[in-house]
Amino acid sequence: MTDTAIHATPPEATGAPGSVDLAALARETGVPDVLDELERDLVGLAPVKARIRDIAALLLVDRGRRLVGLPAEPPSLHMCFTGNPGTGKTTVAMRMAEILHRLGYVRKGHLIAVTRDDLVGQYIGHTAPKTREVLKRAMGGVLFVDEAYYLYRPENERDYGQEAIEILLQVMENQRDDLVVILAGYKDRMDTFFQSNPGMASRIAHHIDFPDYGADELYSISGLMLAKMGYRLAPDAQDAMREYIARRIAQPHFANARSIRNALDRARLRQASRLVAATGRSVSRDDLATLTAADIRASRVFDA
Amino acid sequence: MRITQGTFSFLPDLTDAEIAAQIDYALRQGWSVSVEHTDDPHPRNVYWEMWGMPMFDLKDAAGAMMEIKACRRTFPSHYVKVNAFEATQGWESTRLSFIVQRPAAEPGFRVVRQEVAGRAVRYTVESYAVDRPEGSRY
Repeated sequence: MTDTAIHATPPEATGAPGSVDLAALARETGVPDVLDELERDLVGLAPVKARIRDIAALLLVDRGRRLVGLPAEPPSLHMCFTGNPGTGKTTVAMRMAEILHRLGYVRKGHLIAVTRDDLVGQYIGHTAPKTREVLKRAMGGVLFVDEAYYLYRPENERDYGQEAIEILLQVMENQRDDLVVILAGYKDRMDTFFQSNPGMASRIAHHIDFPDYGADELYSISGLMLAKMGYRLAPDAQDAMREYIARRIAQPHFANARSIRNALDRARLRQASRLVAATGRSVSRDDLATLTAADIRASRVFDA
Repeated sequence: MRITQGTFSFLPDLTDAEIAAQIDYALRQGWSVSVEHTDDPHPRNVYWEMWGMPMFDLKDAAGAMMEIKACRRTFPSHYVKVNAFEATQGWESTRLSFIVQRPAAEPGFRVVRQEVAGRAVRYTVESYAVDRPEGSRY
Protein backbone atom coordinates (compact mmCIF):
# COMPACT_ATOMS: atom_id res chain seq x y z
CA MET A 1 0.00 0.00 0.00
CA THR A 2 2.49 2.59 -1.13
CA ASP A 3 2.02 5.52 -3.44
CA THR A 4 3.83 3.84 -6.28
CA ALA A 5 1.94 2.14 -9.03
CA ILE A 6 2.91 -1.35 -10.03
CA HIS A 7 3.74 -2.10 -13.62
CA ALA A 8 2.99 -5.40 -15.19
CA THR A 9 3.21 -6.74 -18.69
CA PRO A 10 -0.31 -6.86 -20.02
CA PRO A 11 -1.37 -10.31 -21.19
CA GLU A 12 -2.01 -10.46 -24.93
CA ALA A 13 -5.45 -9.71 -26.26
CA THR A 14 -7.20 -9.25 -22.92
CA GLY A 15 -7.10 -5.49 -23.02
CA ALA A 16 -6.12 -5.29 -19.33
CA PRO A 17 -4.35 -2.09 -18.27
CA GLY A 18 -0.56 -2.20 -18.00
CA SER A 19 -0.39 -0.43 -14.65
CA VAL A 20 -2.61 0.28 -11.69
CA ASP A 21 -2.58 3.04 -9.09
CA LEU A 22 -2.66 1.25 -5.75
CA ALA A 23 -3.12 4.42 -3.73
CA ALA A 24 -6.23 5.30 -5.72
CA LEU A 25 -7.44 1.73 -5.35
CA ALA A 26 -6.91 1.96 -1.58
CA ARG A 27 -8.91 5.20 -1.38
CA GLU A 28 -11.68 3.68 -3.43
CA THR A 29 -12.09 0.74 -1.05
CA GLY A 30 -11.83 2.90 2.07
CA VAL A 31 -8.97 0.80 3.44
CA PRO A 32 -6.98 3.73 4.90
CA ASP A 33 -10.07 4.82 6.87
CA VAL A 34 -10.42 1.35 8.35
CA LEU A 35 -6.77 1.27 9.37
CA ASP A 36 -6.91 4.78 10.84
CA GLU A 37 -9.98 3.82 12.83
CA LEU A 38 -8.17 0.76 14.12
CA GLU A 39 -5.20 2.88 15.15
CA ARG A 40 -7.49 5.31 16.97
CA ASP A 41 -9.77 2.85 18.75
CA LEU A 42 -7.30 0.17 19.81
CA VAL A 43 -4.55 1.08 22.21
CA GLY A 44 -1.18 -0.69 21.86
CA LEU A 45 -1.30 -4.11 20.14
CA ALA A 46 1.50 -3.18 17.74
CA PRO A 47 2.08 -6.73 16.36
CA VAL A 48 -1.65 -7.14 15.75
CA LYS A 49 -1.96 -3.87 13.89
CA ALA A 50 1.15 -4.63 11.85
CA ARG A 51 -0.30 -7.95 10.75
CA ILE A 52 -3.64 -6.39 9.84
CA ARG A 53 -1.80 -3.78 7.79
CA ASP A 54 0.10 -6.56 5.99
CA ILE A 55 -3.10 -8.40 5.21
CA ALA A 56 -4.76 -5.23 3.96
CA ALA A 57 -1.77 -4.58 1.70
CA LEU A 58 -1.84 -8.11 0.33
CA LEU A 59 -5.55 -7.96 -0.45
CA LEU A 60 -5.04 -4.62 -2.16
CA VAL A 61 -2.15 -5.92 -4.26
CA ASP A 62 -4.26 -8.95 -5.19
CA ARG A 63 -6.99 -6.65 -6.37
CA GLY A 64 -4.44 -4.73 -8.42
CA ARG A 65 -3.08 -7.97 -9.88
CA ARG A 66 -6.55 -8.99 -10.94
CA LEU A 67 -7.02 -5.62 -12.65
CA VAL A 68 -3.90 -6.08 -14.78
CA GLY A 69 -4.75 -9.68 -15.54
CA LEU A 70 -2.26 -11.48 -13.30
CA PRO A 71 -3.46 -14.55 -11.40
CA ALA A 72 -4.53 -13.68 -7.85
CA GLU A 73 -5.22 -16.75 -5.78
CA PRO A 74 -7.19 -15.69 -2.70
CA PRO A 75 -4.88 -16.05 0.30
CA SER A 76 -5.76 -18.24 3.25
CA LEU A 77 -6.79 -15.91 6.06
CA HIS A 78 -7.62 -18.32 8.86
CA MET A 79 -6.11 -16.93 12.03
CA CYS A 80 -5.25 -17.84 15.53
CA PHE A 81 -5.26 -15.21 18.28
CA THR A 82 -3.35 -16.09 21.40
CA GLY A 83 -2.87 -13.97 24.47
CA ASN A 84 -3.69 -13.49 28.11
CA PRO A 85 -7.22 -12.66 29.26
CA GLY A 86 -8.42 -9.17 28.42
CA THR A 87 -5.86 -8.42 25.72
CA GLY A 88 -8.50 -7.67 23.12
CA LYS A 89 -8.78 -10.92 21.17
CA THR A 90 -12.56 -10.79 20.82
CA THR A 91 -12.58 -7.06 20.14
CA VAL A 92 -10.06 -7.46 17.33
CA ALA A 93 -11.98 -10.43 15.90
CA MET A 94 -15.11 -8.27 15.69
CA ARG A 95 -13.06 -5.63 13.91
CA MET A 96 -11.48 -8.20 11.65
CA ALA A 97 -14.88 -9.20 10.23
CA GLU A 98 -15.58 -5.60 9.33
CA ILE A 99 -12.09 -5.01 7.93
CA LEU A 100 -12.17 -8.10 5.73
CA HIS A 101 -15.58 -7.09 4.50
CA ARG A 102 -14.41 -3.58 3.58
CA LEU A 103 -11.41 -5.12 1.81
CA GLY A 104 -13.76 -7.31 -0.17
CA TYR A 105 -12.41 -10.60 1.15
CA VAL A 106 -15.60 -11.82 2.86
CA ARG A 107 -18.95 -11.15 1.25
CA LYS A 108 -21.18 -10.25 4.20
CA GLY A 109 -18.85 -9.34 7.05
CA HIS A 110 -20.79 -10.68 10.01
CA LEU A 111 -19.15 -12.42 12.96
CA ILE A 112 -20.44 -15.59 14.55
CA ALA A 113 -18.82 -16.15 17.93
CA VAL A 114 -19.01 -19.72 19.24
CA THR A 115 -17.46 -21.90 21.92
CA ARG A 116 -17.19 -25.66 22.31
CA ASP A 117 -20.85 -25.94 23.35
CA ASP A 118 -22.08 -24.60 20.02
CA LEU A 119 -20.01 -27.03 17.96
CA VAL A 120 -19.87 -30.29 19.89
CA GLY A 121 -22.95 -32.44 20.38
CA GLN A 122 -24.15 -34.54 23.28
CA TYR A 123 -24.41 -37.94 21.65
CA ILE A 124 -23.24 -39.89 18.61
CA GLY A 125 -24.37 -38.26 15.37
CA HIS A 126 -25.20 -34.95 17.02
CA THR A 127 -21.91 -33.19 16.45
CA ALA A 128 -21.74 -33.13 12.65
CA PRO A 129 -25.11 -31.44 12.03
CA LYS A 130 -24.45 -29.03 14.88
CA THR A 131 -21.05 -27.98 13.58
CA ARG A 132 -22.33 -27.77 10.02
CA GLU A 133 -25.22 -25.58 11.17
CA VAL A 134 -22.78 -23.12 12.73
CA LEU A 135 -20.54 -23.17 9.66
CA LYS A 136 -23.50 -22.45 7.39
CA ARG A 137 -24.47 -19.48 9.50
CA ALA A 138 -20.92 -18.15 9.44
CA MET A 139 -20.48 -18.40 5.69
CA GLY A 140 -19.86 -15.07 4.03
CA GLY A 141 -18.40 -13.83 7.30
CA VAL A 142 -16.06 -14.75 10.13
CA LEU A 143 -16.38 -17.69 12.51
CA PHE A 144 -14.77 -16.90 15.86
CA VAL A 145 -14.09 -19.94 18.04
CA ASP A 146 -13.33 -18.71 21.53
CA GLU A 147 -11.26 -20.94 23.82
CA ALA A 148 -10.70 -23.27 20.89
CA TYR A 149 -8.45 -25.63 22.89
CA TYR A 150 -11.54 -27.00 24.65
CA LEU A 151 -12.48 -28.66 21.34
CA TYR A 152 -9.80 -31.26 21.92
CA ARG A 153 -9.93 -33.25 25.14
CA PRO A 154 -7.08 -35.75 25.14
CA GLU A 155 -8.19 -37.30 28.44
CA ASN A 156 -11.34 -38.70 26.81
CA GLU A 157 -10.69 -40.64 23.63
CA ARG A 158 -14.41 -40.85 22.83
CA ASP A 159 -14.85 -37.12 23.02
CA TYR A 160 -16.87 -35.72 20.11
CA GLY A 161 -14.66 -32.64 19.90
CA GLN A 162 -12.37 -34.39 17.44
CA GLU A 163 -15.30 -34.79 15.04
CA ALA A 164 -16.02 -31.07 15.18
CA ILE A 165 -12.36 -30.34 14.49
CA GLU A 166 -12.40 -32.58 11.43
CA ILE A 167 -15.49 -30.91 9.94
CA LEU A 168 -14.01 -27.52 10.70
CA LEU A 169 -10.78 -28.48 8.94
CA GLN A 170 -12.59 -29.78 5.91
CA VAL A 171 -14.57 -26.57 5.43
CA MET A 172 -11.54 -24.39 6.22
CA GLU A 173 -9.69 -26.13 3.41
CA ASN A 174 -12.42 -26.53 0.77
CA GLN A 175 -14.43 -23.35 1.23
CA ARG A 176 -11.66 -20.91 1.88
CA ASP A 177 -13.38 -18.09 0.03
CA ASP A 178 -16.67 -18.61 1.86
CA LEU A 179 -15.54 -18.02 5.42
CA VAL A 180 -12.63 -17.06 7.64
CA VAL A 181 -12.09 -19.01 10.85
CA ILE A 182 -10.44 -17.31 13.82
CA LEU A 183 -9.43 -19.45 16.79
CA ALA A 184 -8.67 -17.76 20.07
CA GLY A 185 -7.29 -18.86 23.39
CA TYR A 186 -4.53 -18.64 25.93
CA LYS A 187 -1.07 -19.09 24.50
CA ASP A 188 0.15 -22.20 26.32
CA ARG A 189 -3.08 -24.13 25.93
CA MET A 190 -3.38 -23.26 22.23
CA ASP A 191 0.18 -24.53 21.74
CA THR A 192 -0.77 -27.90 23.22
CA PHE A 193 -3.91 -27.89 21.08
CA PHE A 194 -1.89 -27.37 17.89
CA GLN A 195 0.67 -29.99 18.90
CA SER A 196 -2.07 -32.61 19.07
CA ASN A 197 -3.80 -31.30 15.92
CA PRO A 198 -1.01 -30.67 13.42
CA GLY A 199 -3.54 -30.45 10.59
CA MET A 200 -5.11 -27.46 12.28
CA ALA A 201 -1.78 -25.71 12.84
CA SER A 202 -0.76 -26.03 9.20
CA ARG A 203 -4.07 -24.73 7.88
CA ILE A 204 -3.86 -21.54 9.89
CA ALA A 205 -1.61 -19.06 8.15
CA HIS A 206 -1.65 -16.31 10.73
CA HIS A 207 -0.69 -16.90 14.34
CA ILE A 208 -1.00 -13.56 16.10
CA ASP A 209 0.13 -13.12 19.69
CA PHE A 210 -1.56 -10.42 21.73
CA PRO A 211 0.94 -8.84 24.16
CA ASP A 212 -0.01 -7.71 27.67
CA TYR A 213 -0.71 -4.01 28.05
CA GLY A 214 1.67 -1.67 29.84
CA ALA A 215 0.43 0.66 32.59
CA ASP A 216 0.30 3.67 30.25
CA GLU A 217 -1.67 1.73 27.67
CA LEU A 218 -4.13 0.60 30.32
CA TYR A 219 -4.57 4.21 31.39
CA SER A 220 -5.38 5.23 27.80
CA ILE A 221 -7.80 2.30 27.58
CA SER A 222 -9.58 3.46 30.73
CA GLY A 223 -9.88 6.91 29.11
CA LEU A 224 -11.44 5.40 25.96
CA MET A 225 -13.82 3.26 27.99
CA LEU A 226 -14.97 6.20 30.10
CA ALA A 227 -15.44 8.39 27.03
CA LYS A 228 -17.61 5.68 25.48
CA MET A 229 -19.73 5.44 28.65
CA GLY A 230 -20.01 9.23 28.92
CA TYR A 231 -17.94 9.66 32.09
CA ARG A 232 -14.76 11.57 32.85
CA LEU A 233 -12.24 11.55 35.66
CA ALA A 234 -11.85 14.50 38.00
CA PRO A 235 -8.25 15.86 37.96
CA ASP A 236 -7.29 14.16 41.23
CA ALA A 237 -9.02 10.98 40.10
CA GLN A 238 -6.61 10.73 37.17
CA ASP A 239 -3.70 10.24 39.54
CA ALA A 240 -5.78 7.80 41.57
CA MET A 241 -6.49 5.83 38.41
CA ARG A 242 -2.79 5.63 37.48
CA GLU A 243 -1.96 4.47 40.99
CA TYR A 244 -4.81 1.96 40.88
CA ILE A 245 -3.49 0.47 37.63
CA ALA A 246 0.06 0.22 38.98
CA ARG A 247 -1.18 -1.64 42.07
CA ARG A 248 -3.67 -3.83 40.24
CA ILE A 249 -1.08 -5.13 37.72
CA ALA A 250 0.97 -6.53 40.57
CA GLN A 251 -1.97 -8.42 42.05
CA PRO A 252 -3.09 -11.94 41.10
CA HIS A 253 -5.83 -12.62 38.51
CA PHE A 254 -5.03 -9.48 36.60
CA ALA A 255 -6.93 -9.60 33.29
CA ASN A 256 -5.63 -6.54 31.44
CA ALA A 257 -8.39 -4.41 29.91
CA ARG A 258 -11.10 -6.56 31.47
CA SER A 259 -9.84 -5.71 34.97
CA ILE A 260 -9.90 -2.05 34.05
CA ARG A 261 -13.47 -2.33 32.82
CA ASN A 262 -14.51 -4.01 36.06
CA ALA A 263 -12.74 -1.37 38.12
CA LEU A 264 -14.56 1.38 36.24
CA ASP A 265 -17.88 -0.37 36.68
CA ARG A 266 -17.31 -0.57 40.43
CA ALA A 267 -16.27 3.09 40.52
CA ARG A 268 -19.55 3.93 38.80
CA LEU A 269 -21.42 2.04 41.51
CA ARG A 270 -19.65 4.02 44.21
CA GLN A 271 -20.31 7.29 42.41
CA ALA A 272 -23.99 6.39 42.17
CA SER A 273 -24.26 5.62 45.90
CA ARG A 274 -22.39 8.82 46.72
CA LEU A 275 -24.76 10.91 44.61
CA VAL A 276 -27.85 9.23 46.01
CA ALA A 277 -26.59 9.61 49.59
CA ALA A 278 -25.80 13.31 49.14
CA THR A 279 -29.30 14.59 49.79
CA GLY A 280 -30.26 18.20 50.16
CA ARG A 281 -28.94 19.55 46.87
CA SER A 282 -29.72 19.00 43.24
CA VAL A 283 -27.21 17.03 41.20
CA SER A 284 -25.70 18.82 38.25
CA ARG A 285 -24.89 17.35 34.84
CA ASP A 286 -21.24 17.66 35.79
CA ASP A 287 -21.72 15.64 38.97
CA LEU A 288 -23.44 12.87 37.03
CA ALA A 289 -20.56 12.58 34.58
CA THR A 290 -17.60 12.87 36.94
CA LEU A 291 -15.80 10.12 38.87
CA THR A 292 -13.86 11.53 41.81
CA ALA A 293 -10.66 10.26 43.40
CA ALA A 294 -12.70 8.96 46.33
CA ASP A 295 -14.72 6.72 44.00
CA ILE A 296 -11.53 5.05 42.84
CA ARG A 297 -9.56 5.08 46.06
CA ALA A 298 -12.33 3.21 47.88
CA SER A 299 -11.26 0.11 45.97
CA ARG A 300 -9.90 -2.92 47.82
CA VAL A 301 -6.76 -2.65 45.71
CA PHE A 302 -5.60 0.26 47.83
CA ASP A 303 -5.97 -1.71 51.08
CA ALA A 304 -3.06 -4.00 50.37
CA MET B 1 -41.66 -34.58 -20.44
CA ARG B 2 -40.00 -31.72 -18.69
CA ILE B 3 -41.76 -30.84 -15.48
CA THR B 4 -42.64 -27.18 -15.05
CA GLN B 5 -43.21 -26.50 -11.38
CA GLY B 6 -42.25 -23.42 -9.45
CA THR B 7 -40.42 -20.29 -10.54
CA PHE B 8 -38.02 -20.34 -13.54
CA SER B 9 -39.28 -23.75 -14.65
CA PHE B 10 -39.77 -22.65 -18.27
CA LEU B 11 -36.17 -21.44 -18.42
CA PRO B 12 -33.15 -23.64 -19.08
CA ASP B 13 -31.79 -25.17 -15.86
CA LEU B 14 -30.12 -22.55 -13.65
CA THR B 15 -26.37 -22.74 -13.16
CA ASP B 16 -24.99 -22.90 -9.63
CA ALA B 17 -23.98 -19.24 -9.83
CA GLU B 18 -27.53 -18.31 -10.82
CA ILE B 19 -28.98 -20.44 -8.02
CA ALA B 20 -26.66 -18.75 -5.52
CA ALA B 21 -27.72 -15.33 -6.83
CA GLN B 22 -31.40 -16.23 -6.37
CA ILE B 23 -30.76 -17.50 -2.84
CA ASP B 24 -28.85 -14.32 -2.04
CA TYR B 25 -31.86 -12.33 -3.22
CA ALA B 26 -34.16 -14.38 -0.97
CA LEU B 27 -31.85 -13.88 2.03
CA ARG B 28 -31.71 -10.14 1.36
CA GLN B 29 -35.51 -10.08 1.54
CA GLY B 30 -35.28 -11.76 4.96
CA TRP B 31 -36.71 -15.08 3.77
CA SER B 32 -35.39 -18.36 5.07
CA VAL B 33 -34.28 -21.01 2.65
CA SER B 34 -34.89 -24.75 2.74
CA VAL B 35 -34.00 -27.66 0.45
CA GLU B 36 -36.43 -30.47 -0.43
CA HIS B 37 -36.29 -33.50 -2.71
CA THR B 38 -38.69 -36.12 -4.08
CA ASP B 39 -39.02 -38.93 -6.59
CA ASP B 40 -42.76 -38.33 -7.02
CA PRO B 41 -43.17 -34.95 -8.72
CA HIS B 42 -46.96 -35.13 -9.08
CA PRO B 43 -48.31 -31.57 -9.17
CA ARG B 44 -50.51 -32.32 -6.17
CA ASN B 45 -47.61 -33.76 -4.17
CA VAL B 46 -46.85 -30.74 -2.02
CA TYR B 47 -45.03 -32.75 0.63
CA TRP B 48 -41.53 -33.27 -0.68
CA GLU B 49 -38.95 -34.76 1.69
CA MET B 50 -37.07 -32.12 3.68
CA TRP B 51 -33.33 -32.13 3.32
CA GLY B 52 -32.44 -31.11 6.86
CA MET B 53 -34.02 -28.24 8.69
CA PRO B 54 -34.95 -24.95 7.03
CA MET B 55 -31.99 -22.59 7.38
CA PHE B 56 -33.33 -19.72 9.43
CA ASP B 57 -30.29 -17.60 10.12
CA LEU B 58 -28.17 -17.74 7.02
CA LYS B 59 -26.38 -14.59 5.91
CA ASP B 60 -24.88 -15.89 2.70
CA ALA B 61 -25.91 -18.28 -0.08
CA ALA B 62 -22.78 -20.42 0.39
CA GLY B 63 -24.38 -22.27 3.31
CA ALA B 64 -27.47 -23.19 1.30
CA MET B 65 -25.36 -24.15 -1.72
CA MET B 66 -23.46 -26.56 0.54
CA GLU B 67 -26.74 -28.28 1.44
CA ILE B 68 -27.98 -28.34 -2.16
CA LYS B 69 -24.77 -30.02 -3.27
CA ALA B 70 -24.98 -32.54 -0.43
CA CYS B 71 -28.59 -33.34 -1.38
CA ARG B 72 -27.66 -33.78 -5.06
CA ARG B 73 -24.82 -36.11 -4.10
CA THR B 74 -27.11 -38.26 -1.98
CA PHE B 75 -30.03 -38.31 -4.47
CA PRO B 76 -28.42 -37.85 -7.88
CA SER B 77 -31.63 -38.71 -9.76
CA HIS B 78 -34.30 -37.05 -7.63
CA TYR B 79 -35.98 -33.74 -8.10
CA VAL B 80 -34.47 -31.15 -5.73
CA LYS B 81 -36.03 -27.77 -5.07
CA VAL B 82 -35.24 -24.71 -3.01
CA ASN B 83 -37.98 -22.94 -1.07
CA ALA B 84 -37.76 -19.45 0.39
CA PHE B 85 -40.17 -18.86 3.26
CA GLU B 86 -41.26 -15.45 4.49
CA ALA B 87 -42.13 -15.42 8.18
CA THR B 88 -43.51 -11.88 8.49
CA GLN B 89 -47.06 -11.62 9.72
CA GLY B 90 -49.58 -11.64 6.93
CA TRP B 91 -47.34 -13.65 4.60
CA GLU B 92 -46.17 -16.64 6.63
CA SER B 93 -45.78 -18.69 3.50
CA THR B 94 -43.44 -19.64 0.70
CA ARG B 95 -42.46 -16.69 -1.46
CA LEU B 96 -40.19 -18.41 -3.92
CA SER B 97 -39.71 -22.02 -4.92
CA PHE B 98 -37.67 -23.41 -7.79
CA ILE B 99 -36.24 -26.70 -8.99
CA VAL B 100 -32.46 -27.00 -8.80
CA GLN B 101 -32.07 -30.59 -10.00
CA ARG B 102 -34.14 -32.95 -12.13
CA PRO B 103 -33.53 -36.55 -13.25
CA ALA B 104 -31.97 -37.16 -16.64
CA ALA B 105 -35.09 -38.86 -17.99
CA GLU B 106 -38.51 -37.60 -16.98
CA PRO B 107 -41.20 -40.05 -18.11
CA GLY B 108 -44.08 -37.65 -17.55
CA PHE B 109 -47.76 -38.29 -16.71
CA ARG B 110 -50.75 -40.12 -18.10
CA VAL B 111 -54.42 -39.31 -17.72
CA VAL B 112 -56.65 -42.07 -16.35
CA ARG B 113 -60.34 -41.70 -17.25
CA GLN B 114 -62.75 -43.49 -14.97
CA GLU B 115 -66.34 -43.92 -16.13
CA VAL B 116 -68.74 -43.55 -13.24
CA ALA B 117 -72.53 -43.52 -12.86
CA GLY B 118 -74.43 -41.60 -15.53
CA ARG B 119 -71.53 -41.81 -18.03
CA ALA B 120 -69.71 -39.12 -16.08
CA VAL B 121 -65.91 -39.27 -16.34
CA ARG B 122 -63.43 -38.74 -13.53
CA TYR B 123 -59.91 -37.82 -14.46
CA THR B 124 -56.74 -38.77 -12.60
CA VAL B 125 -53.20 -37.67 -13.42
CA GLU B 126 -50.63 -40.37 -12.71
CA SER B 127 -46.89 -40.21 -13.05
CA TYR B 128 -45.41 -43.10 -15.05
CA ALA B 129 -42.54 -43.07 -12.59
CA VAL B 130 -44.71 -44.09 -9.62
CA ASP B 131 -45.54 -47.44 -11.26
CA ARG B 132 -42.29 -48.56 -9.77
CA PRO B 133 -41.82 -48.68 -5.98
CA GLU B 134 -40.35 -45.84 -4.01
CA GLY B 135 -36.56 -45.70 -4.31
CA SER B 136 -36.40 -47.27 -7.79
CA ARG B 137 -38.41 -44.73 -9.75
CA TYR B 138 -35.68 -42.83 -11.49
